Amino acid sequence: MILIAVVLAQAAVPAGEDPVPPYVQRDANAGAVPFADAAMWRAFHGSDGVARIVDAFVARNAADPRIADIFKGQDLVRLRRVLKEQFCYLLGGGCTYSGRDMKTAHKDMGVQAADMGALVENLQSAMAAERVPFGAQNRLLARLAPMKRDVVTR
Amino acid sequence: MKTLMFLPVAALFTATPAFANDGRSGGKLLLTDGISSVEGSAGGGLATWAVIAGNETDRGIGASAHGTLVALPDFTLRAAGAAVGIYDRVELSYTRQMFDTEAAGSALGLGRGFTFAQDIFGAKLKVAGDAVWAQDRWLPQIAIGAQHKIAVQGAVIAAVGGRRRTGTDIYVAATKLILSQGLVVGATARWTRANQFGLLGHGGDHGDARRIAPEASIAKLLSRRLVVGAEYRAKPDRLAFARETGAWDAFAAWAPQRNLTLTTAFVDLGDIATFRRQRGLFLQLQGAF
Repeated sequence: MILIAVVLAQAAVPAGEDPVPPYVQRDANAGAVPFADAAMWRAFHGSDGVARIVDAFVARNAADPRIADIFKGQDLVRLRRVLKEQFCYLLGGGCTYSGRDMKTAHKDMGVQAADMGALVENLQSAMAAERVPFGAQNRLLARLAPMKRDVVTR
Repeated sequence: MKTLMFLPVAALFTATPAFANDGRSGGKLLLTDGISSVEGSAGGGLATWAVIAGNETDRGIGASAHGTLVALPDFTLRAAGAAVGIYDRVELSYTRQMFDTEAAGSALGLGRGFTFAQDIFGAKLKVAGDAVWAQDRWLPQIAIGAQHKIAVQGAVIAAVGGRRRTGTDIYVAATKLILSQGLVVGATARWTRANQFGLLGHGGDHGDARRIAPEASIAKLLSRRLVVGAEYRAKPDRLAFARETGAWDAFAAWAPQRNLTLTTAFVDLGDIATFRRQRGLFLQLQGAF
């Protein structure tokens, strides 16, 4: 019985990712209200566009001397997956967000306001590279910005 | 006046302690520190905003320096100064303004190239709200501040009816970035009796009491590095010898890189010292870290 439970628990973790402590999964963990229609999803070029943006965003963060240390030792495979879910959910793409809430996800990382600034700049660069219109970029950023309250702890 | 200067210093000491080891330079997003007003406070070119100078966040200390030129048909205003931003909460600034009357100086009986000047010492304290990050709250960023102005041409100021050579403007500013619309909006109430920003002293024939003079700004983000906007600033009209009107401008501020903002504006300073319709060009170079 115990062996089966352990095997099931192992199988629940997606391939290439590390397990995380259990949490209650719900869309509200995404930290913001999603856009009501699909216009933003189209502006971001759907799941392909969001995938490119998230991959570029995470790569920039990991290489950015200002914040690279925060991303060292983090599970980037999981991060890319949950970010894509989060953006898809928020942009009206119809996905379910299966990740943690912003407070829990960023607990004990010691993130400062300047780190959040660097993060936003890297996201802006990734969105610009994907040619998302500037207005659409700002509409998404307007939903993400208040998360600073939960992300910045130092 | 001394009490006013004490306020930001007290705020600095109460804000310091727990993160003495977490100091961090930079961190503000491009253009969110504003430009330098003609008086040297962070804001627009004419209006003072609730934003704090420098690129620092709540964990750091930043600074900026500006050189400003306003080329008018009959006069030239030059200003240069610097500001320090402390933990994105307190701003201290110093700017020197020089107002060259050029050929108009002769017409005014002062001599060609007669120059008015003043030193402006500014202090600003952010008291509530967040302009940039709190996009889910209507509360704007609110700051209170003072600008103590010391003009030099005391004899001429007295001759044109100015009551005093030095004075202090006190203001409350509210500023908010409405990111979903790409807009910056701001309103400021300035309690003042300054004549021509203080270059012609404070108070005069038409009264000596400070009254509220409003300032309003609106700007549109065109890209990460480019903002365009317009401002209006009401001014007291206290001197009988020459009517003084409000001022407005339409500006474009460009940040080619993180530490530099270049601003150009069409500015209308109204009637100055009997010379009408002083409209011209505002140019500013601001460096900040």
